Amino acid sequence: MVMHPKRKKKLIIILALLTGVGLIVGLVLYALSQNINLFFSPSDIAAGKAPLEQRIRAGGMVREGSVVRAQDSLQVEFVMTDYAQDVKVAFDGILPDLFREGQGIVAQGKLQANGVFVADEVLAKHDENYMPPEVTEAIDQAHKASQQAGESAQ
Amino acid sequence: MSWFESWHMPRWFYQMGSPKWFFEIGGRLQPWFMVAAIAMITWGLLWGLLYAPADYQQGNSFRIMYVHVPAAILSQSIFVMMAVTGLIGLVWKMKVAFMVARSCTLIGASFTALALITGAVWGKPTWGTYWVWDARLTSTLIMLFLYTGVIALNQAIADRSIAGRATAILSIVGTINIPVIKYSVEWWNTLHQSSSFSLTAKPTMPAEMYIPLLLMVVGCYSLIVWLVLQRTRNEILDQERQASWVARYLEER
Repeated sequence: MVMHPKRKKKLIIILALLTGVGLIVGLVLYALSQNINLFFSPSDIAAGKAPLEQRIRAGGMVREGSVVRAQDSLQVEFVMTDYAQDVKVAFDGILPDLFREGQGIVAQGKLQANGVFVADEVLAKHDENYMPPEVTEAIDQAHKASQQAGESAQ
Repeated sequence: MSWFESWHMPRWFYQMGSPKWFFEIGGRLQPWFMVAAIAMITWGLLWGLLYAPADYQQGNSFRIMYVHVPAAILSQSIFVMMAVTGLIGLVWKMKVAFMVARSCTLIGASFTALALITGAVWGKPTWGTYWVWDARLTSTLIMLFLYTGVIALNQAIADRSIAGRATAILSIVGTINIPVIKYSVEWWNTLHQSSSFSLTAKPTMPAEMYIPLLLMVVGCYSLIVWLVLQRTRNEILDQERQASWVARYLEER
């Protein structure tokens, strides 16, 4: 049974409609891509793409060893990085459980003229990798063992 | 376009277009999908929720994944199925195809709602918020609205063939949202992480976490085939109640 010409015509019309609408949506999304991005990266901020003194979101990794907590308050400061550029972040509040050094975060707040990002909300961004705790311990131990082996070789 | 001239659909395609045929074949297939769905979902849930190891960072809250990921995958698959059967109904004028599309609507909307709710419950302990307007979450919410629109449109029109055609066009146009949902986490900065389940890529977790997830996904696919077959067969009985074979079938029961 070969396809009926009428049906063929209908199929072509529908597919053309779908392609047309798809193209329009694609162009609109492309034009809006700056607004759809949830956050600015440290590189965007360094390049001056982020507005000053306006509520924006910034996202990146917490640099290892950069977290400084105040002794008498919830005030915390850390460096957010995308491993190309850094941004200093100041926050006064309760951090999410998954906040830790080397983890991704998204902070909402205002970028000051002095380059410090003053956050009023910090969200933890986790990745798509899941692991049982024993596996992480094993990896850490293997890492330490290889480091020690490297040191003793020197 | 010579390939297009000579292209034709296989015989079973036209046979499935017959309500009587679909009813009988569907009735024979249904129990298998039911057994597969119950077995795999029970096994996957028990394994995932009770025996799989906890995550090194999220602890036990990561177990929501065993419901969230299948719900999210299925909500998109059902939308595509609804659009494809709608397209078949439009082009080949098969009323069975419209009935399948109609059966998909409520199931798809429920899975989308489940994905959004489980995602919010998961988001609070891991991200620190129930909701954020990032591209993945927003496009999924748009899909829920599209489903609601399709259901409302389908209910609003009394004539089944006109309702089928109208909803088919809405769902075909709505499929443009599907690649947006899928690639949102790659195209834009989002709070939502990239996908942890893919048939083509290497799993992002060890086997004792991954296999229960795989069971849940395959089990949920069986579940929707079972549910769609059941709903479509009910729909066939309702819409074909004038046909003599339906009267005979009902008498035999």
